[in-house]
Amino acid sequence: MLAIVLGRILRMVVVMFGISVVTFAIFFATPASDPAARIAGRNAAPETVEAVRKDFGLDRPLPVQYALMMKRLFITRDLTSFANRGQKIIPAIANAAPATLSLVTGAAILWMLGGIAAGIIAAATKGRWPDKILMGLSMAAVAMPVFWVGEMVNLVTQSRFHDTWAFSWVPPLGYAALSQDPWLWFKSLVFPWLTLALLNIGLYGRVLRTGIVETYQEDFIRTARAKGLPARKVLLKHATRSAIIPIVIMFGMDFGVLVGGAAVLTEVVFGINGVGRLTYQALKVLDLPMIMATVLYASFFVVIANAVVDMLCLAIDPRMRRA
Amino acid sequence: MGPVTGGMSILPTDDNTPSPAATAGEEAWVSRGPWRRVLEGLLASPTAVLSGLLLLVIVLATLLAPVYAARVAGSDPFRSGLSAKIEIDGERVPVMQQSTEGLGLGVTPIGPTWGPQYFLGADTQGRDVAARMLYGGRNSLLIAGASTLLCLALAAVVGIVAGYVGGRVDSVLSNLIDMIWAFPVYLLAISLSIVMIGKSYSFGPFEIASDSLIVPILIIGIVYVPYVARPVRGRVLALNQSEFIMAARGLGIRRARILLRHILPNVATTLIVFAPMLMALNIVTESSLSFLSVGVQPPNASWGTILQDGQALLYSRPVVSMAPGLAIMVTVLLLNLFGDVLRDVLDPKSARGR
Amino acid sequence: MTAIQPMDGRAAATREAPILSIRGLGVSFLGARGRWNRVVEGLSFDIAAGETVALVGESGSGKSVTAMSVMRLLDPATSRIEGQVTLDGHAVLDLDEAGMIRHIRGQAAAMIFQEPMTSLHPIYRVGDQIIEALTSHRPMPKAQARAEAVALLERVRIPNAAARIDDYPHAFSGGMRQRVMIAMALASRPQLLIADEPTTALDVTVQGEILDLLKDLQAEYGMAMLFITHDMGVVAEMADRTVVMYRGRAIEQGATAEIFARPREAYTRALLASVPVLGSMRGEPSPLRFPIVDLQTGIAGPALPLSGTPGRDTPLLDVRGLVTRFDVRGGLFNRRVARVHAVEDVSFSIFPGETLSLVGESGCGKSTTGKSIIRLNDRSQGSVRLGQEDLFSLPPEALRRRRRDIQMIPQDPLASMNPRMTVGAALVEPFREHGLGTTAKGGAKAAQLMEQVGLSPAMLDRYPHEFSGGQRQRICIARALMLDPRLIIADESVSALDVSVKAQVVNLLLDIQDRTGISYLFISHDIAVVERISHRIAVMYLGEIVEIGPRNEILERPQHPYTQRLIGAVTVPDPARRHLRRNQQIHELRTPVRPLDYLPPARRYAEVSPGHLVSVDGTAS
Repeated sequence: MLAIVLGRILRMVVVMFGISVVTFAIFFATPASDPAARIAGRNAAPETVEAVRKDFGLDRPLPVQYALMMKRLFITRDLTSFANRGQKIIPAIANAAPATLSLVTGAAILWMLGGIAAGIIAAATKGRWPDKILMGLSMAAVAMPVFWVGEMVNLVTQSRFHDTWAFSWVPPLGYAALSQDPWLWFKSLVFPWLTLALLNIGLYGRVLRTGIVETYQEDFIRTARAKGLPARKVLLKHATRSAIIPIVIMFGMDFGVLVGGAAVLTEVVFGINGVGRLTYQALKVLDLPMIMATVLYASFFVVIANAVVDMLCLAIDPRMRRA
Repeated sequence: MGPVTGGMSILPTDDNTPSPAATAGEEAWVSRGPWRRVLEGLLASPTAVLSGLLLLVIVLATLLAPVYAARVAGSDPFRSGLSAKIEIDGERVPVMQQSTEGLGLGVTPIGPTWGPQYFLGADTQGRDVAARMLYGGRNSLLIAGASTLLCLALAAVVGIVAGYVGGRVDSVLSNLIDMIWAFPVYLLAISLSIVMIGKSYSFGPFEIASDSLIVPILIIGIVYVPYVARPVRGRVLALNQSEFIMAARGLGIRRARILLRHILPNVATTLIVFAPMLMALNIVTESSLSFLSVGVQPPNASWGTILQDGQALLYSRPVVSMAPGLAIMVTVLLLNLFGDVLRDVLDPKSARGR
Repeated sequence: MTAIQPMDGRAAATREAPILSIRGLGVSFLGARGRWNRVVEGLSFDIAAGETVALVGESGSGKSVTAMSVMRLLDPATSRIEGQVTLDGHAVLDLDEAGMIRHIRGQAAAMIFQEPMTSLHPIYRVGDQIIEALTSHRPMPKAQARAEAVALLERVRIPNAAARIDDYPHAFSGGMRQRVMIAMALASRPQLLIADEPTTALDVTVQGEILDLLKDLQAEYGMAMLFITHDMGVVAEMADRTVVMYRGRAIEQGATAEIFARPREAYTRALLASVPVLGSMRGEPSPLRFPIVDLQTGIAGPALPLSGTPGRDTPLLDVRGLVTRFDVRGGLFNRRVARVHAVEDVSFSIFPGETLSLVGESGCGKSTTGKSIIRLNDRSQGSVRLGQEDLFSLPPEALRRRRRDIQMIPQDPLASMNPRMTVGAALVEPFREHGLGTTAKGGAKAAQLMEQVGLSPAMLDRYPHEFSGGQRQRICIARALMLDPRLIIADESVSALDVSVKAQVVNLLLDIQDRTGISYLFISHDIAVVERISHRIAVMYLGEIVEIGPRNEILERPQHPYTQRLIGAVTVPDPARRHLRRNQQIHELRTPVRPLDYLPPARRYAEVSPGHLVSVDGTAS
């Protein structure tokens, strides 16, 4: 058991190292493109480019460049943005993280509750109307681009119906820190949460329903029924418990990806200053160090989330505990 | 089957479960190969037939974009029409209208006329949104389709090589897959686009312009490779251990032939199952990337770029945003519906009790 | 068809109200294109208190469906049940789901299933699963439930029950899991136990233990049993009365002894004739075909023996010191932590025209031996000589060509054929790959072989899924014959087939041997079939051969304790042996997984009679 956990952590570290190398390679070792010129920005003077080359050590061999970059990212933490001179990158990400975390955590609670409820109800009423309606809705939810849903929500809540009783409470777009005004924080996040959760409710509901329906074909479900357990207990305790494992794995992946910045589209549409929007803004000015840092931060988060989920699966499923 | 050879017939039929041969007459027998059964399965499903037909309609409509622009809309959807005027109810109306709200400053593009010209109104540059929708759809579908093929091809190569060659090659490739898997797709796409967009490339005689559609195709085609390569590798590994590959080796069939005749056709089903789902995913990805301005580059249009154009007009001319969003939703929905049936038909095990 | 009438030896018992009474049961399933297919038709029988009734028949005869109908476990969306089923005074088919749970399932009747490996919930402790069965019908304090669960596990003779109650199912072997299933079924002291092929998936020695246990528990609890099986040996051993099912109908029912002694229906006679009976070959010098039953008259014809005798001069195949070990990896860095000694120092030879059988239970290494000989795994050492050539020193291409001489017939013919290739293509492919002739020539040979195995050449255009199980196995035999091999390795080739089909395929294999003088390495766990087909037998246990010798020597004078135990566990379709108990000790499954530094001891063999060798200093058994 301990060996499995240690092995998993070790693999996590190895993957993180690999990711940092790949990321570095994408930004600084792509053939036929001069990173210094791109960092300096479009139409930069040759002197600026030269200064950048010196500053980032881009005239040194690649492994040294890599080591330097990692040192400035993780040890001295003084890597600075070039587009916004003087802006230190690590603090910028740290400041943006709470907004992203608020957005994703709230949405995650919604989509887990909604997805699991939808999946169980649909599986329990397989082939009948509740199932058909839920699965139809989930199919539609999965088909919509999240930023478009956000725009449509804004259209309704901020513009067309903002003056009606239903939506007059919705604050203007933006993010309010939880520590400053919890009520405003909540109000301003309600629709971003719903928007972000919508797609995943559909997705998780479908996956869970399929899982439960497939589990019902298993011999151990027949055993549970044969020993006279009530249908509800068979569904919730025996079928759902097994079918939920893929959901937990998916959740770890999605949560990590979103906190890591894949919520960028939602953040941009709702004007939330999270990590995703930070990346988006860096993208507009081609702020290479910033983007590299956010990408690294994001993928590290995914790797950690995956490792946590694997441990969670060990707790759920005793079969995985065998070495 | 009568008692043919000595000592063979104990019961009238070979098995108690009647084989198809026992029920159908020998002459009337039509052998149904695996592909034929897939086709029959699709045709037997109203969902598959209907969604397939509607998808065909969408593709044909977007292919007719130039005809629509020239014959119906009568304007070039790629040239800005800021000073254009059109005739509505006998009145000549400017496409860019004086804003009636606030101080009356600035201009707002014309809304939907529901007539031949500017059916869905104009965008901020006075271009016909309806015509751009068709052109944009053509690009969106082209990018999604081409990147799907690219992704499937790359994933097939990576997955089959990793699974079939095994050993060190497999461990390198699988670790690489795992690593790329850990990148959030959009961030990976953004990273790639920074490196690739805004420059022209030349590979020998081929030149890729900076605004070429090939760039988004490459980006979108690459980012989902791990998601397909992993199951393909798993399938190849499972096939390698399967009884019939074992049997083929025992029969002394050459390795190359086993790969070509036994592994590939069976991996093909896995790839085909992925195709519609991936295509749907790629349509959404294209629109998202274009919305973040790292996808299709102007002056080209796609449903994503129209959405981006519509962002500024969201509250005044919401149709510009609604139309491409609905187009994406309908197309993706149809692809998923079709894909669901296709998967059930190709992989009957997954359809158990569905 | 037989009318329903009480005709058992225990008529007095059935006159009282039976525990289970089935009248005119009909079951249909929803098939393709919305058609309803009848799978059970007009079935009627009774089970009295304390009585055991066997439902016997081949696959698809509707016996399991009947059991599922009694418990109402079939999906109502895809099945229809008609008729009357009365269980303990309740009209089962009229009860709603809640009523079923209150009165029937786990109350009046409990059920155990064929697959103990998958019938327990993998992520709950076995104790909790038993406690759930206890408390769902009788609310009780936790401590009491736990004590009762331990008592139940002790009842089914699980060693060290108090500790094992907290284990998960994956820590139990198949036989132990079936015991847990039985414990769970006993939780509510049911009046009827439905056992659906409870020993089919188990090894023969474990099967013996479970059958003994069921007999003991039945006496202890006084419960009735509905025993579903395809195995006439198990029927003879377990059942007071027997219902023979064929294509959804009960074609014959009566006292078990009566049915075995005087079967009235031709089908029952044919079925009994095709059951291999261990010991029936006493004094027969050569392998013997199964007798043919004329279905009109129901009279069995003579069983034809193999005409030729195998050569004794130079062996066709000579295996010396074959060793196959697999690594078990785990822990940090996926290191090697142990080794499976799947095949350990195995030596034997096969002569032209001879059949050597490898027998043993699951995990004993018999299948691995077969695969290692033709180098389908690359973890083997030793030497395998085919004629003068050592297969283990051949380069890959030469090995590929040599494979022509040794062919395999698999256990699962459907899995061993590429689903995307027609049968014709599958037959011609190896012919072409070995450069034996043109495609046209290959096609002609395929057509000829199809006829030889009793199929029509017109079927060459079809795909594997379009055949029945027995037909597919014939196709696999034809495919192997395409290369004119000198040796065929038949790995459990008839094990998955129904009795009657099994007999046909065994006869076919003997026909081919008669015609071509081919040799077989026949790998099987089914000793009764082995007796029919072999010249010599080798018994494997934990990767080693513990005893090898001529067929009659091994079966009539087994020397090694494991061989004796194996032969003693075989069920014999003879109702006279009904009250026999084996009284064997419970054997926890032993595995050939050894630590990395394990050095296998050198085995010595004693020759007890000419050609009959037995391992003398083994720790085996």
